[in-house]
Amino acid sequence: MKKVTYRNQFSKVLGVSLLVCLFFSANLFSQDETTSAGDAVKGKSLFNQNCAACHSLAKKMTGPALANVETRLAEEGLDKEWIYAWIKNSSGVIASGDAYANKIYNEYNKAAMTAFPTLSNADIDDILAYTAAPPPAPVTPAVATAVTTGDAQANGLSNEIILGALVLVFGLLVMMLFMVNKTLTRIAEANGIAVEKEASQKRTPIWKAFVKNQFLVLVSVIFLLLSGAYFAYGWMMQVGVDQGYAPIQPIHYSHKVHAGDNKIECKYCHSSARVSKHSGIPSLNVCMNCHKSIAEYSGNPEGPSAEDLANGYTNEFYTGEIKKLYAAVGWDEENQKYTGESKPVEWVRIHNLPDFAYFNHSQHVSVAGIECQTCHGPVEEMEIMQQFSPLTMGWCINCHRETNVKVEGNEYYDKIHAELSKKYGVESLTAAQMGGLECGKCHY
Amino acid sequence: MKSFIKILVIVLVMVSFTSCADKNGKNYQYMPNMYESVGYETYQKVDFLPSGMEAGIPVENTIARGKMPYKFANGPEGKELARLQLSPLDSLNTEANLAVGAELYTIYCGICHGSKGDGNGNLVSREKILGVPNYSDVGRNITVGSTYHTIYYGLNSMGSYANQLNEEERWQVSEYVMKLKQDLTK
Repeated sequence: MKKVTYRNQFSKVLGVSLLVCLFFSANLFSQDETTSAGDAVKGKSLFNQNCAACHSLAKKMTGPALANVETRLAEEGLDKEWIYAWIKNSSGVIASGDAYANKIYNEYNKAAMTAFPTLSNADIDDILAYTAAPPPAPVTPAVATAVTTGDAQANGLSNEIILGALVLVFGLLVMMLFMVNKTLTRIAEANGIAVEKEASQKRTPIWKAFVKNQFLVLVSVIFLLLSGAYFAYGWMMQVGVDQGYAPIQPIHYSHKVHAGDNKIECKYCHSSARVSKHSGIPSLNVCMNCHKSIAEYSGNPEGPSAEDLANGYTNEFYTGEIKKLYAAVGWDEENQKYTGESKPVEWVRIHNLPDFAYFNHSQHVSVAGIECQTCHGPVEEMEIMQQFSPLTMGWCINCHRETNVKVEGNEYYDKIHAELSKKYGVESLTAAQMGGLECGKCHY
Repeated sequence: MKSFIKILVIVLVMVSFTSCADKNGKNYQYMPNMYESVGYETYQKVDFLPSGMEAGIPVENTIARGKMPYKFANGPEGKELARLQLSPLDSLNTEANLAVGAELYTIYCGICHGSKGDGNGNLVSREKILGVPNYSDVGRNITVGSTYHTIYYGLNSMGSYANQLNEEERWQVSEYVMKLKQDLTK
């Protein structure tokens, strides 16, 4: 009970400190608002909507970093009118032979900036006000993370201390018991009372009595044989079954974060499951589809859960894993370019059917429309991927016996379904009735 | 005391057995010759191949079976040329194509571009990826051809989806995107 209240107090402290942080950061914002011409809050939403795909405030992305862009351009001798013209039609400015425009265009690999004729001058003022406001981000998260990591360590430490203390107390109790026993015997001896030790009479040993009783021997032999057979069968049946296999991968990829929190479809990354035998391990360019933009893990708005922290899954940990991806794919974050020096990530394959069994993903995923979770379990909740199903033949067959074939909207099945349902006298056919139990379907 | 030692030994033996059960290791197999493929498995390490593994990049100047090269180059000029291209899909089969396109769009595009194409997908609303445009954006003036070009090569922060979608699927998605644009500008 104590431990729980203790933890709650900590989370309360955490919450209050976060609130304080947020309160102060909001204050910072409001101060900046009053000083600049445009509306920074409105600017932020416009920025996120229109600019953030290619620009960030603090670091280079597809385009340059935009913090204080107005003052920076003023130093180059470019006024607001130039900025208006550039944002509304950048290619026009480049075509007009403007020196700075051409310099920037060439510096960023001739990536043309989309024209934004819909943005009014007032909108652009708002965006500029937002870029001029000093990004408050580095201050608040630093405090928050310091608090959270401290919390985790304190929790772990306190648990260990409590356990250690308990062990110590237990040991002391045992020692005291022995000592009391000893002194009591000594007192008894001093008073002349002999402490009776158990009389070791000569009795027939228990094993001899057992051997003499032949019925008992027979029964226990049968019992031993049966239980031995039971355990031997159990052990032999699990040979070659890798249920629960959860190897450590070279990059800690969390299905929970991707498929669970961010609700990315399974087939986004495992796209070949739709069309081929294999549900392939995605190549790294698929990772980079999103991670070109996502260089840091920011997690859920409410921050990492206590459980994640206890396992060491902090935001910094995940960010470190993203850097591992960059190293493998050869992505230079500083210059937003591929260096061309890549090295393959040696993922450890988890699900692997024996070579003598044929299985086709597209047949199950696209034709039958079976959810991935039916066989792979609640992947969206797995921090570390593991094999959920036994993948044994019995398991396959059970499912084929119970599952109805999805015939709607599939011309291929029309004729065979009509004939077979007449033959079996049923409305809907299971995969087994359709031939899903024939040896040759999977073994050839 | 003797019985205590015996119990200790039994416990130790049991512990040593259970500690061998490791989630990190694969189980024993009955006849590995029947389990392990003779041919090279996907992504398997192969020392003599140039990439060091079974999977490799297509040989230069070759075209894979069933694939047609795309005639427009990457970059703004290619995109402007592609803008005028029309969808080669059968216009009599639009309904079915749009249905497939919608399904694929939900898997591959909706996560950022939003189910309606307004640029408010789940990743955007969670502020993971920002600046995803609305399809009806006048400045972009997307057409079915330019959409296909963008899916094929990617654009700025968006990556190429040429390896996740085949040629027909890319056109189906492009047609669906145009339908979304139409619905948005309505």
